[in-house]
Amino acid sequence: MIEVPRTTPFHPRTAPLCVSRAWRRWAGYAVASSYELLHDREYHAIRNSAALIDVSPLYKYLVTGRDAAHLLDRVVTRAVPAMKVGQVLYTTWCDAAGKVIDDGTLARLAEDRFRLTSAEPNLRWLSLNAAGLDVTIQDVSDTTAAVALQGPLARTILQQCTEADVAGLKYFRLIHGSIRGIDVAISRTGYTGDLGFEIWAAAVHAVPLWDALRAAGADYGLTPAGILALDLARVEAALMLQDVDYISAHRALIESQKSSPFELNLGWTVDLAKERFVGHDALAAERARGEADGAWRFVGIEAEWDSLERLFAEVGLPPRLPTQAWRTSVPVTAGGTQVGYATSGCWSPLLKKSIALAHVPAEYAVAGTRLGIEVTVEHHRRQAAARVVPTPFFDPPRKRGSA
Amino acid sequence: MAGRYDAIVIGGGHNGLVNAAYLARAGRRVLVLERRPRVGGAAVTEEIFPGFKFSMFSYVVSLLRPEIIRDLDLPAHGLHILPLESSVTPMPNGDYLGAWADHDQTRLEIARHSPRDAEAYDEYGRLMHHMAHAVKPILGMLPPDPASLSPRDLAGLLKLGRHFRSLGAERFHALFKLMTMSSADFLDEWFETDVLKATKSASGIIGTFLGPRSPGTAYVLLHHYMGELDGVFRAWGFAKGGTGAVSEAIAAAARGFGAEIRTDAAVTHVLTAGGRVTGVALESGEEIAAGTVVSSLDPRRTFLELVDAADLPAAFADDIRRFTFRGSSAKVNLALGALPSFTCMPGEGPHLRGAISISPSMAYVERAYDDAKYGAFSRRPYMDIVFPSMIDPGMAPPGKHVMSIFVQYAPYHLTGGWNDQQREALGDAVITALEEFAPNIRSCIEGRQVLTPADIERITGLSEGNIFQGELALHQLFFLRPAPGWARFRTPVGRYYQCGSGTHPGGGIMGASGRLAALAVLADGA
Repeated sequence: MIEVPRTTPFHPRTAPLCVSRAWRRWAGYAVASSYELLHDREYHAIRNSAALIDVSPLYKYLVTGRDAAHLLDRVVTRAVPAMKVGQVLYTTWCDAAGKVIDDGTLARLAEDRFRLTSAEPNLRWLSLNAAGLDVTIQDVSDTTAAVALQGPLARTILQQCTEADVAGLKYFRLIHGSIRGIDVAISRTGYTGDLGFEIWAAAVHAVPLWDALRAAGADYGLTPAGILALDLARVEAALMLQDVDYISAHRALIESQKSSPFELNLGWTVDLAKERFVGHDALAAERARGEADGAWRFVGIEAEWDSLERLFAEVGLPPRLPTQAWRTSVPVTAGGTQVGYATSGCWSPLLKKSIALAHVPAEYAVAGTRLGIEVTVEHHRRQAAARVVPTPFFDPPRKRGSA
Repeated sequence: MAGRYDAIVIGGGHNGLVNAAYLARAGRRVLVLERRPRVGGAAVTEEIFPGFKFSMFSYVVSLLRPEIIRDLDLPAHGLHILPLESSVTPMPNGDYLGAWADHDQTRLEIARHSPRDAEAYDEYGRLMHHMAHAVKPILGMLPPDPASLSPRDLAGLLKLGRHFRSLGAERFHALFKLMTMSSADFLDEWFETDVLKATKSASGIIGTFLGPRSPGTAYVLLHHYMGELDGVFRAWGFAKGGTGAVSEAIAAAARGFGAEIRTDAAVTHVLTAGGRVTGVALESGEEIAAGTVVSSLDPRRTFLELVDAADLPAAFADDIRRFTFRGSSAKVNLALGALPSFTCMPGEGPHLRGAISISPSMAYVERAYDDAKYGAFSRRPYMDIVFPSMIDPGMAPPGKHVMSIFVQYAPYHLTGGWNDQQREALGDAVITALEEFAPNIRSCIEGRQVLTPADIERITGLSEGNIFQGELALHQLFFLRPAPGWARFRTPVGRYYQCGSGTHPGGGIMGASGRLAALAVLADGA
């Protein structure tokens, strides 16, 4: 009988570290919510030193063959043939109606070899679109270990354990190399909005890879971090999460649950200059319509501290704010009436701000627009003053900067 | 109105009881007349061997309408539906296909057989969920007659049309396919794993005399997808105390509303005068008067046995004569001294708390049908097995178990007819077929009851032993169930109503027919 949750290739190392015994499920795998009793130190490691995060549960597909670029170009919204070997793209892919199915990173490992990551299974969708093409699609989710090394000292730590030219590795580029004799691919990518790398290796090498990274980071404050810390960082980076911030067109139960890339603030990933890709015509029509009635946008909003403080003061309390990121749908109002909804948010420990990612009609999406966001104050629903702000909420120069 | 009763309900099966409960709840004086010594019809729990209790016929609950559970407050009368969480199909090579309550577990299990099917399974599930959602309102709707020009039928059709249009093109097409295709062809469009298709297809053939390659069986897949408990789709369950406990709970609710229930009271005739019912006559000779009579029996008994042919329009009687039953399933109930060990999952385990499906391949299921087509029972039948005592320990003595085996195909019209010898031959075939997957099964058995379609007919009264009071085939559903023009629970005889599974929407321990018929009776001002 299939055991669920399964354990990731790093489990022999992560299990003893997880003193909190707080595990959560991610794509059928057990991953640490936080290793320590509280996740605070793990979060601050991401922003202050470096954190090691097991991201192996990601779905990973290896697409190879003469028509590999052709297939992927047909599926994703960004231009694939123009990608250089060693380049990584963040992209979405859509159904024929231009509604987002999933999002992930696409790495060109060689001329005819790509790795696509995704939040949900996509083997069937890729296969359906591969009809007649000379291409092989392999689900390598189980056989590929993935670990994210994220934080200001991530580069320094990597340099302790690899000869690969990490210093020259640009944002969203990938190199092959070796870490203590283990073949790895290192991409300058991540889900924290910080300087960081993701390291890809055969699952069988996961444990020595983990040990090598831990050893390299020992003097630099490298801290294993769980999903709670990652969730805070990704909200600050305004990186959306499927099933939380949007629902896949393949999983939506009703039309209104689906979103186009434009409605998710991902219009920049839609390359309409490409002649053909799934959803092209619908997305071209949507772009032509522009901000017509009914267009939704995905924005960052910030609740105003004074307003929060006032609401709590009215009941005789100081503001009480969650220490974890939240993932519930929260009404967003304009003039006291609900106009939209926030899908994730947090009290940013770094920015000292209450921030959220929200879906609002286009007319409310302009930065500076004054809105309200629901807060529960001592069992009562209230509205805190908020406004639309540019995202990412936190965007340090080191994220893209060179060494 | 003369007499003690406003309405008499013939038959104390779950639909008759639901009907009576709703009528009584509306303040009517109701009498239920049941031929057997106990209520329940095919939803009865009986202690066949000392200490071993069986849901003798119907054994799972999937379709009991939530509004009935709420309206009749059935939990207060003892109803407790326990989850039947998993399904395992053993394969001849010692492997198996499992479906578990946990989504990840099921996904990974199917991926073991085919990664593509694992993803398709999710999409298929969502599509069927949508389809079930789309068709579900129709279950609670009085079926409009498309050939009628009455304003009510036209309005009903318009509502139905709008409903279908709101599905969107993709889903409308899927619904059309479900209505026209065979379950085998429909599943071929989705999956490549044979054992997965075979197991899914099995739910398209239950209660029909059709094989998975027969057109129209795809719809039955959907019909069984509409199982809904507490608003949760696809939640199959097992009633604590067996399915008889469902009947007892409904009976208790009906009594609570003031209904009277008499057992050992077989109705032989519905009395009429001037084209209207006046009461019923019992086998004992007793006559009981009532202004309204509701029959929960199947259409053949309701119209061709209980009323005079002279009271029915000839064309209608002809339609009823053509309504097909063709019982195709049998039931084997085993009292076990020990649990059988399946080769694919030896020993005790969670699989014994769920269903075991003997449907190892599409060819296996279709071949089972081939036997039946030519008048034999399947040498190696499709079987749906549950161990109720694994879920409800009260069903068997401590340490012992009961095993319920639904068997298809066992045709009512067996060549040479059913007799004791054929019955035991069927029982032996079932055990032999099971031995392939659970080699020690024979040594576990302490008692065996085999119920052929002929037995089902004899005991419950279901014509030809059809468990759904008539085949669940498209030509006998919606406005055609049981006959064109008479799908709204009324009949050509004044104040005579029908409320059994042989009426829309029919089939399963659903209770919808009983409830909708009660609403029709009340709407007519009884």
